[in-house]
Amino acid sequence: MIGFGTVGQGIASVLMRKDLGLTITAIADSRSGLMRDDGVDLAGVLERKRGGFVVGDVGISPMDVVKRGEYDLLVEVSPTNIQTAEPAATFIREAISRGKHVVSSNKGPIALHLKELRRAALSHGVQLRYEATVCGAIPIMHVLEEGLRGNSVKSLHGVLNGTSNFILTRMAEEGLTYDQALAEAREMGVAEADPTYDVKGIDAAIKLVILSNTIWETDLRLEDVVVTGIDQITPDAIRLSEDEDATIRLIAEAIPERGICRVTPRLIPRNHPLVVNGTLNAITLTTDLAGALTFVGKGAGSIETASAVIGDILHIKERYARGA
Amino acid sequence: MVQVSMKLEMSDTPGQLVRALKPVSDTGGNIIAVIHQREERREKKDIISVQIVVELPEGRLEELLARMRDQGVSIQRLGTQRLLHRRSLIMIGHIMHTDLTDTVDRIDKTGFAEVSELEMIMPAISEPSSARITIRATSAESMDRAVEVLREVAREKDILVIEPLGEES
Repeated sequence: MIGFGTVGQGIASVLMRKDLGLTITAIADSRSGLMRDDGVDLAGVLERKRGGFVVGDVGISPMDVVKRGEYDLLVEVSPTNIQTAEPAATFIREAISRGKHVVSSNKGPIALHLKELRRAALSHGVQLRYEATVCGAIPIMHVLEEGLRGNSVKSLHGVLNGTSNFILTRMAEEGLTYDQALAEAREMGVAEADPTYDVKGIDAAIKLVILSNTIWETDLRLEDVVVTGIDQITPDAIRLSEDEDATIRLIAEAIPERGICRVTPRLIPRNHPLVVNGTLNAITLTTDLAGALTFVGKGAGSIETASAVIGDILHIKERYARGA
Repeated sequence: MVQVSMKLEMSDTPGQLVRALKPVSDTGGNIIAVIHQREERREKKDIISVQIVVELPEGRLEELLARMRDQGVSIQRLGTQRLLHRRSLIMIGHIMHTDLTDTVDRIDKTGFAEVSELEMIMPAISEPSSARITIRATSAESMDRAVEVLREVAREKDILVIEPLGEES
């Protein structure tokens, strides 16, 4: 496992709690690494990390772990860099070239290099899964590849960013200004110190790119998405929309046959299934056979994201693991 | 399409109402409502009065009226509602000080759409205002074109337009 932040720690604590038949043989944070073929002592590592220490030996780098570690599957949960996708993209390429399966929660490499990484995985006969990159706990990728087999997806609409949905919800509920709602979000740990990616719609656009490229096998880039954030929304605008029995939400929308791919604040009826409250995420797929389907769930959080990562790991373990 | 409401009078004889309404389908129209009022003044004993609402292709109204008159119908009142489609949007920005009259005019002068309502909240001079603008248009396609005009004006004037979800034609 590369990366031991919120997601990595969530996975570790789940594996301590539940016997899922998985062993972590190596672990690395940005500054150190630890390799134990018979299994890393997760409790010890968690305790060190929470005490503000590195997880392992500073003489061992994350790259050493990827290159020399003894493992079947790489769990890549290091921080996202959306400009370069590094160093995560290099870790993933390296693991694939060693014939290792990869499960990632990292939006950078998946948004920037999905096509290339998929091709590499295919040619090395390994699996690449990334359920945790979009909509947190909602198993949307599993739904797309299994439950909706035989369907053609016509359009996708979603509330893909919990922070901006929380802010808009609080503005509507309490008549708060944008700045007040953002301050509250920060206080509650819902917004980061620099909330730019969330409130400007960039995070939602990255997820829309990942979803679109997965569903339609396109080569869409972040620059192709029309993006407007929520930072100009006023409580007055929300009040005016309420006179029409509507509210305002940041909606990601992709309709390929009409050339639409955008993340914009929209006027939406209050009883619309995509109007979810707080940090929840929601996604509606319109397909030719199943019609419209909406999924709602937690979009972030340590254990919720771990749920998506673990689902991917077990999927691979049960179907592709050597000797399975 | 044009929506027309009219009040008709005709003789109270069997089959007359059917004959009176036949020109509607002959001119490519649809009957939306027929309201038959019996409480009429009884001085005109053998005359009935009917109110109807029809939807008609543009430019066929005169022909319809002529055909109805041929059937012995007297047209008492006529009202047309040209703009059947309605869509509300939200605008945020310096709406007033970027020439609101011009913003509204640009839609009105398209000929196929008009701004029918505008509600605006102005919190303070230097702060952005918020407004709900309701556009009426002759068809779903003209509505999309009118919204495109509004988008363009908004881009020029740095106004944020919030469009409704899933109402495009």
